[in-house]
Amino acid sequence: METLTEKSASAKKSSDPNPPTQKRRNRVWDSMKQQKYLYLMSLPFVAWVFVFNYLPLWGWTMAFQNYKPARSFGDQQWVGFKHFAELFSDDRFYLVLRNTLAMSLMGLVIGFIVPIFFAILLNEMKGMFFKRAVQTVSYLPHFVSWVVVAGIITKMLSTDGGIINDLLVNLNIIDQPIQFMAKGNLFWYIVTASDMWKETGWNAIIYLAAITGIDQELYEASRVDGANRWRQMWHITLPGIRTTISVLFIMSIGHLISIGFEKQFLLQNSLVLDYSEVLDLYALNYGLNMGRFSYGTAIGIFNSVVSIILLFTANGLFKKFTKESIM
Amino acid sequence: MANKAFNATRGDKLFDIFNILAMTLVLIVTLYPFLNVLAISLNNSTDTVRGGIYLWPRDFTLQNYKTIFQYDGLLQGLQVSILRTIVGTVLGLISSSMIAFTLSRPDFKLRKFVSTALALTMYFSGGLIPVYILMRDLNLIGTFWVYVLPGMISAFNVFIIRSFIDGLPYALQESAKLDGANDFKIYYKIILPLCKPVLATIALFLAVGQWNAWFDTYLYNGSKAHLTTLQYELMKVLQSTQQGSGAGRNANDMAQQMTQISPESIKMAITIVVTVPILIVYPFLQKYFVGGMTLGAVKA
Repeated sequence: METLTEKSASAKKSSDPNPPTQKRRNRVWDSMKQQKYLYLMSLPFVAWVFVFNYLPLWGWTMAFQNYKPARSFGDQQWVGFKHFAELFSDDRFYLVLRNTLAMSLMGLVIGFIVPIFFAILLNEMKGMFFKRAVQTVSYLPHFVSWVVVAGIITKMLSTDGGIINDLLVNLNIIDQPIQFMAKGNLFWYIVTASDMWKETGWNAIIYLAAITGIDQELYEASRVDGANRWRQMWHITLPGIRTTISVLFIMSIGHLISIGFEKQFLLQNSLVLDYSEVLDLYALNYGLNMGRFSYGTAIGIFNSVVSIILLFTANGLFKKFTKESIM
Repeated sequence: MANKAFNATRGDKLFDIFNILAMTLVLIVTLYPFLNVLAISLNNSTDTVRGGIYLWPRDFTLQNYKTIFQYDGLLQGLQVSILRTIVGTVLGLISSSMIAFTLSRPDFKLRKFVSTALALTMYFSGGLIPVYILMRDLNLIGTFWVYVLPGMISAFNVFIIRSFIDGLPYALQESAKLDGANDFKIYYKIILPLCKPVLATIALFLAVGQWNAWFDTYLYNGSKAHLTTLQYELMKVLQSTQQGSGAGRNANDMAQQMTQISPESIKMAITIVVTVPILIVYPFLQKYFVGGMTLGAVKA
């Protein structure tokens, strides 16, 4: 602002050469004193992060104990891998694992590809007003909770007055309304489609911003060369947002870690449990609700391991196809 | 676009038609469910059972809304939801921006350590049960604070704010320092006012997250009537029938709490009440969050 000249003076100050070692301790103390506000502003929150994010990791020890809530840590009985052995010999577990993998991979693919298509198509819209309207409306579902979305989805798919069944019946595609929510083998698709409905517009924001940044002259040049709209999309728009696609892919992989269970919890019912139960729900039902903390923790640990494996798999695939690495 | 300067080919015209149809479909598919819910919520609940309500109520009434607002749980839930949204947003903004500020200081000695400690939290979590045990040991279960404390600092938010601060000229801070301002003053008087756009984005994220949360209520405070939130009340009501297919009782113990079965129109009225606040706020904040999301991407 007003002190442009002083800027160079302070720049000189901050570019001090490294101090000789014997004076180092003093300097550390000095700089701590000098930066006391920075320490005050960050250390309480570092402590906070430690408590709420790192302490639960300590809780992983529970998986190797017969954890009893009333006892202190020293008095817990250690049982090694007993709970894991029990977990791996439970048939239900493999079903749950299958569901977890299926739904996270379906979610990754759909949640990644559909927004790209949507952004490209939306960008090709000519009418500004209509384009804006579609864009604004497409974000909308992102802002409502999964509770609301689950209610809406259930309503839309219901047999009495649900629009999907009404449409299918009126178009003579089916004779009888389908009880979508009662069919286990449809559950994965319902979850994935709900996710798509909720997040496509939102996930497309970044792509749209990236497309805006592409040099318009490229399009004009290609038109002169006789490229039609499809070719323009393929040869200019898509390569133009390649870096953004990479970034978004990283982000969606990041979300894989929190595979989540909200949708499954809210959309499930007793008829589809064999398809709807994911690892976290399994931990909730068998661990927390039955008070089997150790067993539930073992499930949780396994869940984390699965997430890490998915992360590395996705990263590996990504590396293979783009010759870039994200980690 | 400049397309007018050239003769659009037949393929291009075909594409435009296809595109307009596709986008119209997106518009309808996104909007219809909301309008349908609204129509049902405004329809007489006994008439609703006959089905066939699409965009307009057949037997218009406000009775459903009157009924749900007479239900204590709803007003109670509304209060808790509003309170947690405000407190959670304010606390989240203060904490995230403070850390982001210290992380943006190239001279800060703990910078690397803090940012690594934060970044790691994006890639692991303790899991449901250890977190539950921690909340119990901290005596947070059955309190209001379990809603706002655990989610107060998210690494993602911190990094978005930080990348915004990084984009501000560092000379501003240096000159303020030469004028005798301490670091806290710099944060408060210079950085915060300049960060308004990014703070608005983060505020929106935090507020929407708080408003939409229901699982923490289910997990920690489901039995405390004075602490249940609006989303939780909606969840209870929506789950009370588990679709009209005559499905059996839900196997897990959740079902026991949800014995009361509400008519469709009542359910939809509560859905509208829960949704409307978000719908009112979000168009105004749209320019901010579009900017904010883009910013986050540039950083990553």
